[in-house]
Amino acid sequence: MKSLEELKKLREELQKEMLARNSKGKTKIVIGMGTCGIAAGAREVLQAVLQEIEKRKLDVVVSQTGCIGMCEKEPLLDVQLPGKDRITYGNVTKEDVQRIIVEHVINGNIVEDLVVARLEEGGE
Amino acid sequence: MRELSLHILDIVQNSISADATLISIYINEDIEGDRLTIKIGDNGRGIPEDKLMHITDPFYTTRKTREVGLGLALFAQAARRCEGDLQVDSGVGEGTVVTAFFSYSHIDRPPMGDIKGTLISLIALNPGIDFMYKHIYGGKKFFLDTREIKRELQGIEINQNEVLGWLRGYISEALEDLYGGEG
Ligand SMILES: Nc1ncnc2c1ncn2[C@@H]1O[C@H](COP(=O)(O)OP(=O)(O)O)[C@@H](O)[C@H]1O
Ligand SMILES: [Mg+2]
Repeated sequence: MKSLEELKKLREELQKEMLARNSKGKTKIVIGMGTCGIAAGAREVLQAVLQEIEKRKLDVVVSQTGCIGMCEKEPLLDVQLPGKDRITYGNVTKEDVQRIIVEHVINGNIVEDLVVARLEEGGE
Repeated sequence: MRELSLHILDIVQNSISADATLISIYINEDIEGDRLTIKIGDNGRGIPEDKLMHITDPFYTTRKTREVGLGLALFAQAARRCEGDLQVDSGVGEGTVVTAFFSYSHIDRPPMGDIKGTLISLIALNPGIDFMYKHIYGGKKFFLDTREIKRELQGIEINQNEVLGWLRGYISEALEDLYGGEG
C-alpha cells in the first residue's frame, strides 16, 4: 500500500513538471480566485476567457492565483505573452475579456485603459 | 456572495491552497425535509486544533496578503441567517471537511446559481486535482468523478478546450435531468 501511495505522489510531481514544461513559450492568463475575486465576478470572467479560447482555438495556458491584496480591483486578470511583461488588468468584466483576448493575446497590443499593474519579464 | 455555487468555489480554494489532490463536493437538496446540505471534503494538510476554533472568525487567516480571512466566515454567516450552521472538521494530516446546512425554504437562502460554471472553473484551472461531485435533488442523484473521466481520456488533458466543451454539455444535461427530468 505504502509504495502505491509513493507512486501516486511521484505521478503528481511528474504531472506538475509536465504542465510546467508544456506551458513554456505559451501565452499565460492568470485569474485571481481569492474570495474577493470570486465575489467580484472572477468565475464569469474565467468562463468568458475559456469560451474565447475555445472559439478562437488559441493555445493559451490558463491558471489561477489567490488574493494578492488588490481586492478593490478584482476581478484581476493577468496576461503574459512569451518573453514579455506580465500585465495585470483590473475590474475586468465579461465584455472586457473579448477586447483583452483580441487586442492583447492575439494582436500583442496592451489594453492600456484596463491596466492596473505591470510586472517586468522575469520579475516574478 | 450571491450564489451558493460561488461559496462552494471559494471554499474549494481553501482545499486547493492546502495542497489537496482529491476534493469532494456533496450537495443534498432535501426538499421534503426542508434542508439543504453542502459538504466539501479534501485530503489536504488539515488544520491544527488550536486554529480550528477560530476558523469561522472573520479576522482569522493564515494568509499574509490581507488581514482578514473571509471565506469560511461568509459561508457560516449565510447558513446561520437561514436557520442553519457551518461546521469544520479537520486534523493535521487528515484533511478537512466543511459542512453547511440551510433551511431549504428560508427566504434569505441564496440560490444554488451556476453550479456548472463552478465545476468547469475548478476543473479548467486545476487539471492535476481530482474532483468528486455528488448532487442530490429530491432523491434524484448526479455523480461526477474526474478520475473516471481522466481514465477515459487516457492521458489527454482534462482541461483541453474540446474536453471542457464536452464537460459543459455533459454537466448541463445532467443538471437538467436532475432538476427537471421526468418530474
Ligand atoms: N480545507 C482547508 N485545509 C486547510 N486549511 C484550511 C482549509 N480551509 C480553511 N483553512 C484555514 O483557514 C483559514 C481561513 O479560511 P478562509 O475563511 O477561507 O479565509 P482565507 O482563505 O481568506 O484565509 C485559511 O487561511 C486556512 O489557514
Ligand atoms: Mg478562503
